[in-house]
Amino acid sequence: MTDSRCMSDAGAVRFRPGDRVRVRVAYPIGHVRTPLYVRGKPGIIERICGTFPNPEELAYARAGLPALPLYRVRFLQRDLWPDYAGHPADVLEAEIYQHWLQAEDISR
Amino acid sequence: MISNHGDDAGHTHSDDVPADQPDSLTYYQAMETAVRELLIEKGVLSADDVRRQVEAMDARGPRGGAIMVARAWTDPAFKRRMLEDGSAAARELGLDIGPVKLIVVENTHDVHNVIVCTLCSCYPRNLLGLPPDWYKSRSYRSRTVREPRAVLAEFGTVIAPDTQVRVHDSTADMRYLVLPRRPGHTEHLGEAELATLVTRDSMIGVSVAVFMPSADATVRT
Repeated sequence: MTDSRCMSDAGAVRFRPGDRVRVRVAYPIGHVRTPLYVRGKPGIIERICGTFPNPEELAYARAGLPALPLYRVRFLQRDLWPDYAGHPADVLEAEIYQHWLQAEDISR
Repeated sequence: MISNHGDDAGHTHSDDVPADQPDSLTYYQAMETAVRELLIEKGVLSADDVRRQVEAMDARGPRGGAIMVARAWTDPAFKRRMLEDGSAAARELGLDIGPVKLIVVENTHDVHNVIVCTLCSCYPRNLLGLPPDWYKSRSYRSRTVREPRAVLAEFGTVIAPDTQVRVHDSTADMRYLVLPRRPGHTEHLGEAELATLVTRDSMIGVSVAVFMPSADATVRT
């Protein structure tokens, strides 16, 4: 998937640990590393993992450049699954590439 | 195309008895066989090369991970470095981790971690060997993110209601290792003995490390 709007600064780190984000709701065709169950869900940046060539491009033998920032995003299970039965503080963490994230509630 | 109802007319069997073999190869199984046979036919590699690689992969086990965990249990400074940068800590112990980016997550009294890869079966093979079949199963992958406590209970791991469960979905470039809690009554054990208590499953997070005193130890007490 190519998002031409922000290709110029796609590789610049936009989020910091603790930032509130929301995963974009999108259904691109092809190889994607963002699981369906986190799309549209709010989370918090847990850490920055570094920058990596875009797997959505690598899958088709393209260079995947510029390398994209990859984050570990922490989600509350009860935000992911309305009927979640465990402890309210239970969490799930997943690695999400920057182009799948948008800022959420910057004022907090 | 393989059919199990064609030429074997000599056999009489009821249709509700499951056959020993699946009807046909999956797409990727057929693809793997075709590519492997072509590579061998064209002399790019030999059947022996393939066998040696498979043996090398099969020979890997969870020992590397266990060595790291035992060191972390006995050396707080190493544990700090390991939680900071898992790959560097592995290299520090001379473990071959290749280019893998390792994140180590620590189990404590308040937090229990478990690893899954919903999209495929990402796994720190360099440190744990090949993943178990259940790790790759659709049921483990889909249920662990949704009802981790139920899945853990099926492994015999019942998590206290007020302990936070953290599921780590290995969706991209990181690989994960759980640092299990050091079992009680192990103060007298050295690093090498401690490493024998660290199971593969405890480093995936579906179980915990346990210490069962041997008969000798029981006699002494």
